[in-house]
Formats: sequence, structure tokens, C-alpha cells
Amino acid sequence: MAIPEKVAELIGRPLGEPLVWEVEGGAIRRFADAVGDSNLLYHDVEYARNSKYGEIIAPLGFHGWPMKGGLMEMMGSLMGPMMNAGYPVLLDAGIEFESFVPIRAGDVLSSYSTVTNIAEKTTKSGKGMLILTTEMNFINQNGDKALVERSSLICREL
Amino acid sequence: MAKQIYWEDVDVGTEVTPISKIATTQMLAMWAGASGDFNPLHYQESFAQSRGMPSVLVHGRLKGQWLVHLVENWIGEEGKIKKLSCQYRAEDYPRKMNSELTYEEGETWWCKGIVTQKYAQDGEHMVDCDIWVENGKGEKTTPGKATVVLPLKGAK
Repeated sequence: MAIPEKVAELIGRPLGEPLVWEVEGGAIRRFADAVGDSNLLYHDVEYARNSKYGEIIAPLGFHGWPMKGGLMEMMGSLMGPMMNAGYPVLLDAGIEFESFVPIRAGDVLSSYSTVTNIAEKTTKSGKGMLILTTEMNFINQNGDKALVERSSLICREL
Repeated sequence: MAKQIYWEDVDVGTEVTPISKIATTQMLAMWAGASGDFNPLHYQESFAQSRGMPSVLVHGRLKGQWLVHLVENWIGEEGKIKKLSCQYRAEDYPRKMNSELTYEEGETWWCKGIVTQKYAQDGEHMVDCDIWVENGKGEKTTPGKATVVLPLKGAK
């Protein structure tokens, strides 16, 4: 198995068009609820408005719904070649967040993504796999870099 | 919210206050809706089995978010997470619901961490931690790292 040509040629290139994310207060609350996080900065408008943030903020990791919307679209161009090359099993492998300025309810973020690396590996049980690393940069409505999210995705043989 | 912790309070080896989590199929459904990750690996048993898993599995990203909760709870409102990363090394399987509101007996996960470095950089007072999610057998299924800024007592 090798890295499919159509996938290899994506390394270093921007993936698709920039995406726009609306960060909505209700979506932040549902997200925090799903994690079991009762932090008042995510839930209580009055409390948050009186805090140094002045508004409901999003926990690190939330940048608008659906979180993987852009990623899934972006992956659309990768999945076909991956399937054809014999790697039908797609699994998240890891994540890294780097935070710059807080993300607040009402923010509108733009993101752009690049595939930064693709590595070939073998699982413990001897199956071939590719590890794909992507980077998404999120810029807020004031032009400030808010967040960088680096994801790793495993594409492996069945 | 826990009491505010200060940079002066921590040293290499200080424990990050642990938190526990119980993953249930209901929590996975909530997470799917809240995050927008609708991969059937996380809610359809037959699909998960067709991909070689024994049953539906806990989203890696949810476990990552448990670790964000762990760190944010520890550093308090005056602290700031600068960087957080984790790897989904082993799969975790949720407890099943046995009524609308209750779930089966089974595994409880613990999110834990320890301070590995303490330093000042560019005028900020930082701490690096190793963090992880531990399954019911005490295995680290989701190891990671965090870099946080903590407030100084003097600055208060």
C-alpha cells in the first residue's frame, strides 16, 4: 500500500474554501451539557456578563456547530481516494488546540484548513494505515487569530 | 467552581485535581448532537461491528473535551489554557442505559494530571502538565499535555 497520489498531492495546500462559523450561546450550553461541564461562564448570561469576559464564552474546543462540519466537507475530497486505495476505516487519532483570544457567544469565525502531513504506518496487528494531520486556523470578526486546531486522522485497512 | 489556584501554589509533581466521568450511550447521543459528529460508529452497534469494534465507542473528541474540563476546573476562572493536546490511544465503550434516566453498572473513567514544568515566559506564568483519561482498569486510554497560564498571588 502507498499513499494515494490524489491524497499526497493535497499536502500543504489549502483545503476547500474558507468556512464561516457562528458561535451561538445555546450551542455553547448544549456542548457544555454534553460534556457534563457546569461552568457558569458557559451557562449563565448574567454571570458571564459580569465576568472579565463580558459575555458567555465557549470552552476551548468549541468554535461553532457543527464542529466537524468543515472537516467532513474537507474530508469529502479525501475519502474517495482513501476508500479506493483500501483504507475504508476512518478514526480520529488525536487533537491539539492552541488558544489565542477567547471565543465568545456572538462571534463569527472564519477558518481555513490545510493538510500538513500524511504518514504511512502499520498497526500492532499488521494492518496498513495512513495518519493524516490537518490544521485549521480560526480568525474572529475583529481579525484576531482565536484558535488553531490540529487534528490527526487514521485511515486504515479493514 | 473550585477555589482559585495560583502559580505559587503549584510545583513539579503537583496533582491536577481529578474529575470522574461516566460515558453512557445517552451521553454519546448528546455529544453527537452538540458537536455535530454523526459518525454511526458512535451510535449504531451493527455499523461499529462491521468496522471491527465490539460495540459503539466513545468519541475521541469527547474524551479530549473531558480533559479540557479537567484542566479548566483546576486552573479556575483566572487561569487560561494556552495549549492542550491528546491522543486517542485506546477505545472506550459506553455504559448502556437501562431506563430513560439510569444506566447499567460498569466502568467509571477518571481524568487526571500532574505538573511537569513550571516557568515564566514572555511575562506570563506558565505550567505544563501531563494529563490523561484513565479507564476502569486504570489504563490511560487518552494521554495528553496541557500548557496553562496561572495568576500570581501578588497580582491579585
